[in-house]
Amino acid sequence: MTDETIKTTRVSRRSVLKTAGAVAGAAAGSGAITGFPAVWSQEKKVLRYLGTAVNQADDINKQLLKDTGITLEYISATTDDVTKRVITQPNSFDVLDTEYFSLKKLIPSGNILALDAKKIKEFDNITPVFTKGQLPNGKVIGDQGTAPKKVMFLEGKNSTKFAKGVTEWVTLIPTTYNADTLGIRPDLIKRPIESWKELLNPEFKGKASILNIPSIGIMDAAMVVEASGLYKYPDKGNMTKQEIDLTMKVLTEAKKAGQFRAFWKDFNESVNLMASGETVIQSMWSPAVTAVRSKGIPCVFQPLKEGYRSWASGFCMSKGVTGKKAEWAYEFVNWFLSGWAGAYLNRQGYYSAVLPTAKKFMTEDEWGFWMEGKAAKNDIKAPDGSLLEKAGSKRDGGSYDDRMGNVACWNAVMDENDYMVRKWNEFIAA
Amino acid sequence: MKTKDPFTLPAWAQVGPFAFVFGLFFIIPLAFVVMVSFWDYTEYSLVPDFTLRSYVETFEGCYDQLPGLCTILKTYVSTVKFCFLVWLFTLLIGFTIAYFLAFHVQSVTMQMTLALISTIPFWTSNVIRMISWIPLLGRNGLVNQGLIKLGVIKEPLEWLLYSDFAVVLAFVHLFTFFMVIPIFNSMARIDKRLIEAAYDAGATGWQTLWTVIIPLAKPGIVIGSIFVITIVMGDFVTVGVMGGQQIASAGKIIETRLGALQFPPAAANAVILLAVVLLIITAMNRVVDIRKEL
Repeated sequence: MTDETIKTTRVSRRSVLKTAGAVAGAAAGSGAITGFPAVWSQEKKVLRYLGTAVNQADDINKQLLKDTGITLEYISATTDDVTKRVITQPNSFDVLDTEYFSLKKLIPSGNILALDAKKIKEFDNITPVFTKGQLPNGKVIGDQGTAPKKVMFLEGKNSTKFAKGVTEWVTLIPTTYNADTLGIRPDLIKRPIESWKELLNPEFKGKASILNIPSIGIMDAAMVVEASGLYKYPDKGNMTKQEIDLTMKVLTEAKKAGQFRAFWKDFNESVNLMASGETVIQSMWSPAVTAVRSKGIPCVFQPLKEGYRSWASGFCMSKGVTGKKAEWAYEFVNWFLSGWAGAYLNRQGYYSAVLPTAKKFMTEDEWGFWMEGKAAKNDIKAPDGSLLEKAGSKRDGGSYDDRMGNVACWNAVMDENDYMVRKWNEFIAA
Repeated sequence: MKTKDPFTLPAWAQVGPFAFVFGLFFIIPLAFVVMVSFWDYTEYSLVPDFTLRSYVETFEGCYDQLPGLCTILKTYVSTVKFCFLVWLFTLLIGFTIAYFLAFHVQSVTMQMTLALISTIPFWTSNVIRMISWIPLLGRNGLVNQGLIKLGVIKEPLEWLLYSDFAVVLAFVHLFTFFMVIPIFNSMARIDKRLIEAAYDAGATGWQTLWTVIIPLAKPGIVIGSIFVITIVMGDFVTVGVMGGQQIASAGKIIETRLGALQFPPAAANAVILLAVVLLIITAMNRVVDIRKEL
């Protein structure tokens, strides 16, 4: 029925324009042209948005529709499945939200389009963490692994080669990023934890956990190996076969000694392990820590002296997107960077790409708590209104500069990925 | 005489639809899997080729590491071990339940009602049934808390969850039903007069069970066993959740490879798994010829 009505209005509007044109005579041309956008706006603007569920909130969709008239159709999948879908079914989505480390697989496939930086309004305000690998205050941060600056730009519009410096062609316009570390149960550990090496400390035998996602799990393991002083990697995100063997040997020995209670693969598993007390120390993601805490169980996203393992995700388009859809995609990305969405993500503990615009949509207290590491003056609430932190508490790890400034490495796909995956299977079977 | 010719039109019409579905959704995809298992691959693409790379890498180290076991052998030893344990327990429990239903429950209505009751756990999803074990068996779960309060143990038992025990328990819970129904079906068809005859001839209860009932229930036992064994061989979700992702399974290897976009090795592992399952089923068919017995 709605379709019917829309069609009728469109026809009548067109005929009105025609009549008007005929009457107005010479002015007809210009009149018809200004009339067109009104006709287009009758059409439903829909973008199919493929990504992990991280950024796919209903609230974002609602606000976007209100501000721009664009509706998103969310297609959510695990990181691995997103990659698989881009490579095997590039026409099944319009906008892609994926992690920077996947680009090494996605760009050579030629299935995604680089975005034109000139059409991104806030491009120059995107945090230099992405473009240059440094904080807004100029501090250079760790770039081991697939740091965004290494894969953010292409040499040309249709190029499949990553550019060394800044160009006009952007592989991914950043959406969210964060710095990950270990989650701990301070009530059960009862002493300060300062180093990654504690993950394999026999004190926590049978109470530790690590991710069963090979490319990320091995990075956490590498942080442990370095922290224990066993080896110093030239690049944890791109190990040689010998380095992979060494890392997996350390992990295998720990597994055989019964160090791990379980491995986890999805967000909920990590929350359950920690909340039920099955584990007291494990690799974890920031919102999972929040989820444990919202059950009234103490859990800390512990900053460690060796630094954080960071990740970042961003937008690009499918190669199948052209014409109007492409314009909507740019409109959507521009809206995403214009502040509302950024504030929404910042309030969940992620970081947004354009900080100044997000700041405008947050209260001074919220900004102080999430971004500046200050004690909250009022209770801090989640976007759905539930209580996250009581007044007076501070964010684990402190300010943006403290957290992002201490990034040691980035999620990565190694050159020896194939070998690493085989070794990981061997580790699981050990 | 005409009826002896098996290639008449009605025969083709009868076999046609299933052959079509079977060909389209099983034979052709399977042929693709076998084909892809011999292809080469890069980080982001499949390279049509004929190479044994996926197979060679899968069996990597199997010779060098002798007498130690390589990854793939270790995985299959573990999977076959689960298969055997689960088969044994589901058979014992399933056979007992079926025996009770077939011989101790007199009215057919009651038999059907009880058989339907045993399907109740299947009204919720497989994953939910599995996950519901976790708060029960966990370190601070109901079982441990109960035992500690009763004074039976002082420290919580760690092996209740994320262990071989937990995996077998969940499998038995999930799949005993697949044993009950075929065995019950076979038993229901046993002529009661045979049992009376055995009794009259002076056989004890055990002798009747061993020489009359079990041989006649064999087809049900084998069909149930095929269900259970094929499911357990290919499962990786139950092993993953209940084993805390620390236990290898043939399915998990395939999943990890797929996750890393390495389709040819995933396909090669699928072919190997299929071959192993076919071997097991062939062996079982040697023991009991199902077609003859049915």
